[in-house]
Amino acid sequence: MKRRHLLQIGLTSLLMASTIGMAQAQKSITVSSTTSTEQSGLFTHILPVFQNKTGIQVKVVAVGTGQALDIGRRGDADVVFVHDKVAEEKFVSEGFSSKRIEIMYNDFVLIGPKSDPAKINGGKDIAVALQKIMKTQSSFISRGDKSGTHAAELRYWKVAGLEVSASTPWYKETGSGMGPALNTASGLNGYILSDRATWLTFKNRGDLTILVQGDPRLFNQYGVMLVSPEKHAHVKKAEGQAFIDWIASKDGQETIASYKVNGEQLFFPNAKK
Amino acid sequence: MYSSFSDAFQLLETLDAKLLGIVFISLKVSLTALLIGSIVGIPLGSLIAARQFPGRELVVIILNSLMGVPTVIVGVVIYLLLSRTGPLGDLNWLFTTKGMVLAQTCLTIPLIAALTRQIIEDTWQIHGETLTALRLRPLAKIKWLIWDARFSLSITILAGFARAISEVGAVMIVGGNIDQSTRTMTTAIALETSKGDLPLALALGLVLLAVVLFANFVIFLIKLLAERRYG
Repeated sequence: MKRRHLLQIGLTSLLMASTIGMAQAQKSITVSSTTSTEQSGLFTHILPVFQNKTGIQVKVVAVGTGQALDIGRRGDADVVFVHDKVAEEKFVSEGFSSKRIEIMYNDFVLIGPKSDPAKINGGKDIAVALQKIMKTQSSFISRGDKSGTHAAELRYWKVAGLEVSASTPWYKETGSGMGPALNTASGLNGYILSDRATWLTFKNRGDLTILVQGDPRLFNQYGVMLVSPEKHAHVKKAEGQAFIDWIASKDGQETIASYKVNGEQLFFPNAKK
Repeated sequence: MYSSFSDAFQLLETLDAKLLGIVFISLKVSLTALLIGSIVGIPLGSLIAARQFPGRELVVIILNSLMGVPTVIVGVVIYLLLSRTGPLGDLNWLFTTKGMVLAQTCLTIPLIAALTRQIIEDTWQIHGETLTALRLRPLAKIKWLIWDARFSLSITILAGFARAISEVGAVMIVGGNIDQSTRTMTTAIALETSKGDLPLALALGLVLLAVVLFANFVIFLIKLLAERRYG
């Protein structure tokens, strides 16, 4: 008898614990976004401001841009916030969103070891830098995960008129996020393309440093899109649109601009009014 | 390394709300998956152990193999099932703790069932003749076997708990590692590693180890008390 009693207590307390979880249900949206926005701490900075204003909780799933768009395609997110213009426009033309809105930008930087075997330090031309890396056959770490940064990197190789593939011995595709790829580059002392925000918040730098920056082609635009309610009827249209409207508004843009790490601004708002 | 240890102690000392939240989510998900896994796995394993039916060997081999299924595979399968375009999309469980419980339950059931099968079969080897002579009904027989092997079976529960609390592949994909919602200790460790903050990742790992140690200690105590009373 006593044992049955214990079991009952156990089961009821478990049930109660799970209802506590449910009681927290409130207005919320899911945003699929990139690792750069999440890991740099931008969302932790701007989301509380938005939630205070509207009472809408934003749940961020941070993955590579390619995967983030896929999550949107399946209807598993209400809003997609990524950085690969070509892929985003494809997303819109496929009908998964009716509109892409540009929100902010930062830039890519070419990172490499201080010893700099390819002698590219201080250069401004990304194409020339890549050519030198190829000439000296220095280790280069690629994301290789269809992320926005990976897409950009492949474009730069093309601009430089070079062809690289996984079978190129000094070119290593890690198939991982920005942070893990930087960890690999740090371990192998290789060159790597990174967005500035992730680099500035990355801690395991080892011997790595920024070598090439400032090329206008290294511009990195972020766009936001509401997943089409016509494709996926369950998309929280009103709440998702409220988030997009706010982040493109003066208040949202100022909140983005005010985010700094070690006194350095990470993202530069540029939404068109 | 040393700084990680002191970081871990500091994390444990201050027990800040954020860390507690992550520990709570981890325990809630894994303990629920363990409970469901035990409720289903122990009777299932006992049933297979105590009954003869055609294809039994095959079932045993499949069950034993399922113990080693990569967690990532389970994660991908559950993701596709729970996705809005998947067959269970209407549940709206993707990127929630419910989806994570489902994924981890798929890990605990086969493990607990397979280990239970072996333990009950060994018990059957010893007491089979007695039970047959007693002419118990099949259900009563299984109940008797489970009760007799209860102390040995506690290891299956510990193994199930270990499988659930330590895995990162399934909860990362199905949960999405959402801050204050589906972030567990293991996905938090993966996140800190990818931020390059290896000392903090290691410190979180030590906290995870402490939690597992504590849970094992509690189960050990329960077993000890129960053995004194019923042993």
